[in-house]
Amino acid sequence: MTGQATFELDGQPVPFEPGQTLMQAAKAAGHYIPHLCWHPDFTAHGSCKLCTVKVGGRFATACTTAAIEGLVVDNRTEELDDKRRTLLQLLFVEGNHFCPACEKSGDCVLQATAYEMGMLTPHFDHFFPDRPVDASHPEVLLDFNRCILCELCVRASHEVDGKDVFALAGRGVKSHLVVNSASGRLADSNFAASDRAASVCPVGVILRKRVGFATPIGQRTYDVHPISQVDVDAQATPDGKQP
Amino acid sequence: MTATLEAILDRHARQAHRLVQILHDVQDALGWLPPEALAAVARGTGWPLARVQGTANFYSFFHTQPAGEYRVRFSDNITDRMAGSAELMAQLCRQLWLEPGKLSEDGLVSVDATSCTGLCDQGPDLLVNGRAVTRMTPQRVDEMAGLIRERVPLDAWPADWFVVEDRICRRELLLDDPVAPGKVLRAALSHGAEGVLGEILRSGLRGRGGAGFSTHAKWRACRDAPGQTRYVVCNADEGEPGTFKDRVLLSSRFDALIDGMCVAALAVGASQGFIYLRAEYRFLLERLRRRLSQRRAAGLLGRNILGKGFDFDIEIHLGAGAYICGEESALIESLEGKPGKPRIRPPFPVTHGYMGQPTIVNNVETLALAGLIALRGGEWFRGIGTPASSGTKVLSVSGDVARPGIYEVPFGVTLAEVLAEAGGSDAQAVTTAGAAGPCLAASEFDRRICFEDVATGGSIMVFGPQRDLFDVAHNFAHFFQHESCGFCTPCRVGTSVNARLLDKLANGRGSPYDLDEIRRMHHLMQGASHCGLGNTATVAIADLMDKFPATFQRRLATPDYEPAFDLDAALSQARQLTGRSDAGAHLQSNQAAMAREARP
Repeated sequence: MTGQATFELDGQPVPFEPGQTLMQAAKAAGHYIPHLCWHPDFTAHGSCKLCTVKVGGRFATACTTAAIEGLVVDNRTEELDDKRRTLLQLLFVEGNHFCPACEKSGDCVLQATAYEMGMLTPHFDHFFPDRPVDASHPEVLLDFNRCILCELCVRASHEVDGKDVFALAGRGVKSHLVVNSASGRLADSNFAASDRAASVCPVGVILRKRVGFATPIGQRTYDVHPISQVDVDAQATPDGKQP
Repeated sequence: MTATLEAILDRHARQAHRLVQILHDVQDALGWLPPEALAAVARGTGWPLARVQGTANFYSFFHTQPAGEYRVRFSDNITDRMAGSAELMAQLCRQLWLEPGKLSEDGLVSVDATSCTGLCDQGPDLLVNGRAVTRMTPQRVDEMAGLIRERVPLDAWPADWFVVEDRICRRELLLDDPVAPGKVLRAALSHGAEGVLGEILRSGLRGRGGAGFSTHAKWRACRDAPGQTRYVVCNADEGEPGTFKDRVLLSSRFDALIDGMCVAALAVGASQGFIYLRAEYRFLLERLRRRLSQRRAAGLLGRNILGKGFDFDIEIHLGAGAYICGEESALIESLEGKPGKPRIRPPFPVTHGYMGQPTIVNNVETLALAGLIALRGGEWFRGIGTPASSGTKVLSVSGDVARPGIYEVPFGVTLAEVLAEAGGSDAQAVTTAGAAGPCLAASEFDRRICFEDVATGGSIMVFGPQRDLFDVAHNFAHFFQHESCGFCTPCRVGTSVNARLLDKLANGRGSPYDLDEIRRMHHLMQGASHCGLGNTATVAIADLMDKFPATFQRRLATPDYEPAFDLDAALSQARQLTGRSDAGAHLQSNQAAMAREARP
């Protein structure tokens, strides 16, 4: 018998090519596995843990687990979505996320995923960290309050732009994004608004100046369609960018 | 400064993967890591400045802010706390007019707490500029404050303060009479690589770090993995609270470790080895390096060992204060100059380790035992212990026992036997894997120490009947908050949520709701975390809650929900500003806050 190899995702067969991860294969087949730090254009990171699935009864991250013939994978179960909801709540209280005042609202992957998972409150006490913004760059604002440490900008700057403008410093809950310049300010780095890193932030840290609220709230990407639909429909826009 | 930095960079061939070692040298020369120095290191190594900062900021023992001529760090393990370390630290701060963690205004001294320093059998203890001072007392604190104020150099401090004892209380194979240098190597070279692997297989040797992975399987996988070169790494980063057996093995049986590493190198086909020594054990470094030199001079290490054409050398890399580097892939990241964050596995280090090459990472004790097995044979080793746990285990016993120290026991002994030997039979509880494992109650002391029953990396902390076990959970929660690497969401944020919940209980504001929340974090972090740290960070706390519910119930303010936010405490700043402390400046309900603030 020939035919493509498959694994089982929530009871449905998902075909895959050799070398694909569970995440890549699921997305290609139109299945949504929640994720924040994963992006089809970059090396998998495996840190946000939103894509935690159960493979043969054991927890694993879908973005780093190789697809193997015959695997039985649980994805959108009550148990896993409950864990995802808690992870989202942890991210919301770790930073300073105030959706009503955020320019990214409606285009924000964190917010959209929280809606998808039915997260109604942050649940935990807020940490209220002190994270000053960096408005030094003429074209781009950095609002670190919303950073979820996904390192997509770090990877984009390194892998695509070849610049290493961003890195993570610190340890544990003191981990924070730093900018590669002697002053630590974006304006003094070799960052450009045309960099891939400028458009990759899933939340509202890296924001283009002077275009705020160009699209009214209510008409933005995830205002119109839930992320579970947008994520699998968007087979990469022409420039490779996801909304 | 420039000439100094250039010399340091040259000494390390300007290789970015030596960054942790470079930063140690820079800090030794300058007292801290000023921004200009980091910029020079970035230029010299070719790494982006932000990445150099990433490494410098990750490790507890690197200072990116001035930390003073005297940097005092009190070990903050629960055993140190039980011996009065918190009071001693407060006393020293008072005498030096200091706040913990802050540099004195004259830039002379800083005093802070640090995670377990591995001197639990002779605590309370501290590190001053990296040198260990054991058996601290209030009198010593008085004297120390005077010495610091008068700027007396450390070399002129009382020499007996710096004495670190090797308290070996029970010896079996490993701590018995040392083997004459060269004997193990001659035996191994006559067996050849396959012969050695065969003996290791027959011995049933399993990793002594706690996980108990088959040493033969690890070595065989490394030997069979494709690669240009192979590495042997000794994990001497024993950071588990309550563990100090590797310190004693390094100090008393270093030759056995070198022998074991040579045997491992022969088995897997490596010519370079590393010992990753935790920064807390820096006081051993010079002595260990000297011994390596002596072995090279004697033909027992380096090129053409024993004239048999076998090349293998060892370099010691110094860690910089990060518990997570005990995890093997984080340790390798650190060896490569990066923050110690665990890698995505697979691939495992046996195929993609140091510099992407096949690498074995083994515990000090495992390697030392492997040397003995090469000499005496796998059958001999298998004759000791239990069917699934051959050989002996070296235990670090501390806490409420009459004779704290090192006990080498055959696998299969009961906890009760160990407690009787150490003089701790009246214990109410024992943790058997430091902060990261179960807590056993007295009814479980007949359980056996072996992989089939109670697996342990060797940390045995004993809690007598007088202890409040809540303090243990509270201490562990803060330990993990401090030591989480921050890579994955559940561990990074979860350890902080946990520490806050335990703080709330400690402040007498807890409710049953908070106990449920701690359990919720336990269920999330177990399974969803990226590595063993997050997966085990709540095990001891959950065990304590299960087995000693009363100690937690006692801390609850109400049987219902209680907010962490304390309305009356929120007014304390206003009271301070207006100089008021009368009843009218307080919300009526809060007598406790009034009492707290009334104290001087």
